[in-house]
Amino acid sequence: MSTLEIRNLHVSVNTENGAVEILKGVDLTIKSGETHAIMGPNGSGKSTLAYSIAGHPKYAIVEGSVTLDGADVLEMTVDERARAGLFLAMQYPVEVPGVSVSNFLRTAATALRGEAPKLRTWVAEVKEAMESLNMDPAFASRNVNEGFSGGEKKRHEIVQLELLRPKIAILDETDSGLDVDALRIVSEGVNRAKENNNLGVLLITHYTRILKYIKPDFVHVFANGHIVEEGGADLADKLEANGYADYVSK
Amino acid sequence: MSLLTTNYLTPTGREEAWRFTPLKRLRGLHDGTAEISLRSSLIVKELLPSGVSFVREELPPLATSDDIIIERIRGNSPEVAHLSISANTELEAPIHLGRLTGALDSAELSRVRISLGAHAVATVVVENTGDTILAEDLEISLAPGSSLTFITLQEFESKSVYAARHHAVIDRDAVFKSVTVTVGGDVVRILPTVEFIAPGGSAELLGVYFATAGQFFEHRMHVDHAVPKAKSRVNFKGALSGRDAHTVWIGDVLIRAVAEGTDTYELNRNLLLSDGARADSVPNLEIETGEIVGAGHASTTGRFDDEQLFYLMSRGIALEDARRLVVRGFFNEIVIEIGIEAIQERLMNRIDFELERAGA
Repeated sequence: MSTLEIRNLHVSVNTENGAVEILKGVDLTIKSGETHAIMGPNGSGKSTLAYSIAGHPKYAIVEGSVTLDGADVLEMTVDERARAGLFLAMQYPVEVPGVSVSNFLRTAATALRGEAPKLRTWVAEVKEAMESLNMDPAFASRNVNEGFSGGEKKRHEIVQLELLRPKIAILDETDSGLDVDALRIVSEGVNRAKENNNLGVLLITHYTRILKYIKPDFVHVFANGHIVEEGGADLADKLEANGYADYVSK
Repeated sequence: MSLLTTNYLTPTGREEAWRFTPLKRLRGLHDGTAEISLRSSLIVKELLPSGVSFVREELPPLATSDDIIIERIRGNSPEVAHLSISANTELEAPIHLGRLTGALDSAELSRVRISLGAHAVATVVVENTGDTILAEDLEISLAPGSSLTFITLQEFESKSVYAARHHAVIDRDAVFKSVTVTVGGDVVRILPTVEFIAPGGSAELLGVYFATAGQFFEHRMHVDHAVPKAKSRVNFKGALSGRDAHTVWIGDVLIRAVAEGTDTYELNRNLLLSDGARADSVPNLEIETGEIVGAGHASTTGRFDDEQLFYLMSRGIALEDARRLVVRGFFNEIVIEIGIEAIQERLMNRIDFELERAGA
């Protein structure tokens, strides 16, 4: 059982006009097995929240705390956060030229598990993870995200989610750019990871359509750098009908 | 032992061809003050297959040169170490050439010829190692329809100096592919040059280099499209780390008026891994005819991509491992073109070692 606790988180980013505060006091608790959806308009700071928790150097923590089972996440380096059990499925996964998917996955699994996975079982594990996400196993020999379509990049993120077995995963607009079939396949991957590893999920999205496949326990509406309303799955239906206009004007 | 005495025009450093080179560190190779040893270090590392010979013989130069060091080498000795692969000989296994122990208190002036008869196919690897002051005039002659993969590994010890021209003369429909690897030495200056003498030939010049603190590595290409319908590709990738690491890449490509149907592209990418290092990169395309298939060039010099490192680290990979992956990935595209696994592995390990030593 793991708990990610975000308390009064304020985050700024440096711009040409100096530091601009983007997160203005975020409070959120995510436990193993729970699925939290964060919904909100563009520019509300959803992705900033995701990248701040993962430790992207672009963002400066101004105030507040993030802990995982009591350990101070903000004191950890990016790789330490991953080894502590956090995972970020990125909206725009990065291309790494010359590094094959298989080499990358094995290096990551070795780092996270503390020892190199046994080759024979590992190859089968990777193959199964790729096939279950409808990815041609030939992707293993391609360079990380290089020449991948938008949908292939997202599926590759979920392959990693399944193989690397984090405690808490943040999915940053994993649904964007996916057609209906890919959305279903990716969602099934997330649901498998929830079921197999009792994963806690923070699902960041604009749209309610992914929530038909991944059922949220909690829905948080995000606007202007903080959470403005919270509720159950039914809150998503209300947003579907009314949009964000009520919150943006606040 | 004898001193170089012939009067040559000594470079001052103001000439275009010498403006980057630290002349003072050339140990007298350029101005004739080097003490010349009679050693002849190039050797064949294993038994040669049939159709191949390696002899020392007197040969006139294959092509003219305007490089002062090459002129000095030619003035010193008419003798050439000649690796000859006879016509129609197709070799599956590479031929490995290496070096006998050299010395740092005297210089060797070396002339080498590699010649392939018509339709011969071969891979030749030259492993340049050890302590040495070495100037080399290496000429490659490709008869019609022949095909050579030419791999040179500059893995010299840290005080060595190597100044060389690797000049390929490419006849009709011949295929030349070279991979130039420079990772060791104090000063390494190589002129990989190509001359097409009949249509239909192709040349692919690939290279990787990794310079650490104080090292100077220069690769000065010249591709002469003097006939129609030849194709050339140049792709060199370099990494630099540490104070006063300095690399120079010059890509001169000349498409003469008669060279209609030319297809050429040249590329140089540099990865700066620390402050205090300097990469000079100068592509130079001279086009005298518009009737060509294509001509282009690109040159980039940059630092580690923070987004790549963040992505790898966000999967639990420690910073130093992430950097190693990125650097290996950067070089991988060229290294796999060597096609000899043992050398590829050794080179990647050397790159890891340089990276670790540099503490980048």
